[in-house]
Amino acid sequence: MKTLNVNGQPVKVDAQDSTPLLWVLREHLGLTGTKYGCGIAQCGSCTVHLDGVAVRSCVMPLAAVSETTKVTTIEGLSADGSHPVQQAWAELDVPQCGYCQPGMIMAVSGMLNASPDADDAQIDSQITNICRCGTFQRVREGVHLAKEVAKKSKGETA
Amino acid sequence: MSESMNKAMTVSRRGFLVTTSTLGAGLALGMTTRPTVASASAYDEVNAWVHIASDETVTIRIARSEMGQGTLTGLAQLVAEELDCDWNKVTYEFPTPGQNVARERVWGDFSTGGSRGLRGSHQYVREGGAAAKLMLVQAAADAWNVPAAECTAAESIISHASSGRTTTYGKVAEAAASVPVPTQVTLRDPADWRVAGKPLKRLDTADKLTGKLIYGADISLPNMLCASIMDCPVMGGKLVSFDESAIRKMPGVKGAVAVVTSQGTNGVAVVADTWWQAHSALKQLPIEWDRGPNANFDDAAVTALLEDGLVADDAYVGNWGGDVEAAFGASATQVEATYKVPSQNHAPMEPMNATAVFTKDRCEVWCPTQNGEAALAAASEASGLPLTQCEVYKTILGGGFGRRGAGDYVHQVVEIAKVFPGTPIKLQWSREEDQKHGFFHPTTMAKMRGSLDAEGNLTGLHMRISGQSILAGLMPHALVEGADYLQFQGVIKEGLNPSMDDHSICYDIPNVLVDHAMRNPPIRPGFWRGVNVNQNTIYLECFLEEMAHAAGRDALEFRLALMKNHPKSAAVLKAAAEQGGWGSNDGKARGLAFLHSFGSYVAACAEVSVDDDGKLSMDRIVAATDCGTAVNPQQIEAQVQGSFVYGLSGALYSESTLANGEFQEDNFHTYPSMKIAAMPKVEVIIMPSGGFFGGVGEPTIGVAAPAVLNAIFAATGKRIRQLPLKDQSLRA
Repeated sequence: MKTLNVNGQPVKVDAQDSTPLLWVLREHLGLTGTKYGCGIAQCGSCTVHLDGVAVRSCVMPLAAVSETTKVTTIEGLSADGSHPVQQAWAELDVPQCGYCQPGMIMAVSGMLNASPDADDAQIDSQITNICRCGTFQRVREGVHLAKEVAKKSKGETA
Repeated sequence: MSESMNKAMTVSRRGFLVTTSTLGAGLALGMTTRPTVASASAYDEVNAWVHIASDETVTIRIARSEMGQGTLTGLAQLVAEELDCDWNKVTYEFPTPGQNVARERVWGDFSTGGSRGLRGSHQYVREGGAAAKLMLVQAAADAWNVPAAECTAAESIISHASSGRTTTYGKVAEAAASVPVPTQVTLRDPADWRVAGKPLKRLDTADKLTGKLIYGADISLPNMLCASIMDCPVMGGKLVSFDESAIRKMPGVKGAVAVVTSQGTNGVAVVADTWWQAHSALKQLPIEWDRGPNANFDDAAVTALLEDGLVADDAYVGNWGGDVEAAFGASATQVEATYKVPSQNHAPMEPMNATAVFTKDRCEVWCPTQNGEAALAAASEASGLPLTQCEVYKTILGGGFGRRGAGDYVHQVVEIAKVFPGTPIKLQWSREEDQKHGFFHPTTMAKMRGSLDAEGNLTGLHMRISGQSILAGLMPHALVEGADYLQFQGVIKEGLNPSMDDHSICYDIPNVLVDHAMRNPPIRPGFWRGVNVNQNTIYLECFLEEMAHAAGRDALEFRLALMKNHPKSAAVLKAAAEQGGWGSNDGKARGLAFLHSFGSYVAACAEVSVDDDGKLSMDRIVAATDCGTAVNPQQIEAQVQGSFVYGLSGALYSESTLANGEFQEDNFHTYPSMKIAAMPKVEVIIMPSGGFFGGVGEPTIGVAAPAVLNAIFAATGKRIRQLPLKDQSLRA
């Protein structure tokens, strides 16, 4: 039995150390927002945050996640879908099938955690998730809108 | 929080209400559909398409599948348009295939492919909405004891002007259910639309942003076990044996099961408490295969087969006019070129999956499917139970692209569930399984021959297609005296096969012959978004630019000269070219492409640059669409943009190759897909000319690759005639 910190709560997990975090989240914790797409860190559908940094959970063994690491999944990104990236995605109707979008949103929000002013070059180099529906144009517009939303909400709270 | 709490879940089979408890929140999720088979006592619906609750919530039933293409929202708009309800109160549900059977197909066709979601059902869903409105108004009029003709309805409110009375849809919905069904309805002219035709937001976005939406892969049922499967890596091969004792003691493992289906699949699945346990054990399971008659088949054999067809005497004719050989004989210039397109897998982001519960008298399946009724038939066939004892619950699909019209995975999960009666089994394919056992976009080649007269006019064209027929592989009953007319999508003569008139060629060429030498390698073919327009449009549109180049003529003018009797075609081509900057002397390399398919007229103007090392940059694409009637312009824009990602992923990277009978590209590292950095900026022109409903999800795929290939030629002078581009030098 191992304790993890997931979406701000301590949770106990009874899984083998080699089990990828993706499957711990999906099958042991019922957090199915994080998706399986490839299992080899190619597509990014499984992206979650570890201490605010976007990582691909399908190749992250449970053993590599410490009890103090803050794991954030799409379910915990915001309480009510109000994270600036989620707001921007809703405004632009970004998803098509939507299967890759939790990973996309976690990748984008992870990037913006580190680079709140990320430009197109950073988007190109850091957002490497696969979307077969081809939502990229709206994803790019969404990143720029999310930056504005974040600044606006910061201004309001300041 | 305990793990068991996290996994707690209740399922009400009758209401199909699935709830789950996740960290921090209890959620009522997707897949909620109340029983819709009418009963004498309870209020179930106004009619088959509409349920309105006392709180004014309008639930619109959607028979077609939603896989990202936006059909769900478009269909709801069409119903709501005629219903005159408050759009802000609209939600949706999927009636089940079993209910459709029980109600004599009241919802019509569930299958979702061929860009038919809207264009194949707009009439009857609008009539459904209009009928429901008349019933609601009649119910109010009856309550007020006034003629219905004196009442009006808008935004879910019914008014009787002369008495000043009003009521709401929610208040009269139950009474409306008993009103006689109108025999005649009048539909609103699209020019007067208020809900349809508008760029409304999708109804299914919110839960896609929070992880709450339950896809097939996310289904969880009490006491469910999970399965991972490996089918014989070679098509036509068989499972000989496996050694279950090697994995029996691995954590969670319940057993290994031979899975042989009527669909030709032949493999083994491991069943365990969790999928990760099942999949880990499957990888350790010793399996012996009989790789069968195709064990030595490889890509060289495929190519040899196709090359034979290029020069074969036997071929089915899809278009003819005049005398091609005479035109060649009398020509001033002849041009010949051979093109090739490989087999390609669909690779939707959500790998194949399905969940089933089997008992001796009931079989239920939860799955993402493009064809709910076919999935129901698959459940029935695999379980041996009649349709009336089976049911399928559809989820929103994590991508379809044509792959999920097939029922192979439904057959498989039911075969596994039969070994564990009463226990829900979720079968999840690995990405590797998905890559090796697709229904592949057929591989073809084309030998193109064209002739010009002394003035540079196109006098003759012979397009010989050689390669795999989808219909021969999947539905041979659809062949006509052996011919697969679908093979001629986008290049077929109008009227030759009326079912293909939505895909007819729109160039008038004086002497023309398009024929197909069917050559079927041992590969399972399938309908891949856009289907045969993908290769046919490359062949035709690239070769037309080759002919224009040989004639020393502008490629736009060259095409327009052949389109004089096709004003809609010319209009989209001109629109894309004009906005795309065609003909401007700015040194930029541009390419054009046009296509008429799925009832729509589309064109693209691509602008690319190729650096000295041959690296391609797709800088800008302008795409024009005349789909007749635009039901949701912002979703059309999304489909057109996405078409370039899917189509150009195919052109740039996608190739499924065979070695020793086995597909080699087993995941995204060897079967790459476009990422955001490579996506060109796409400007979308929507120019509906009215009077018809054309498809949107697929036509633009056809012009994506040829527009870019033509632009590459403009940039480099090198003509690329074989896909994918990834391992080729774009410079000489």
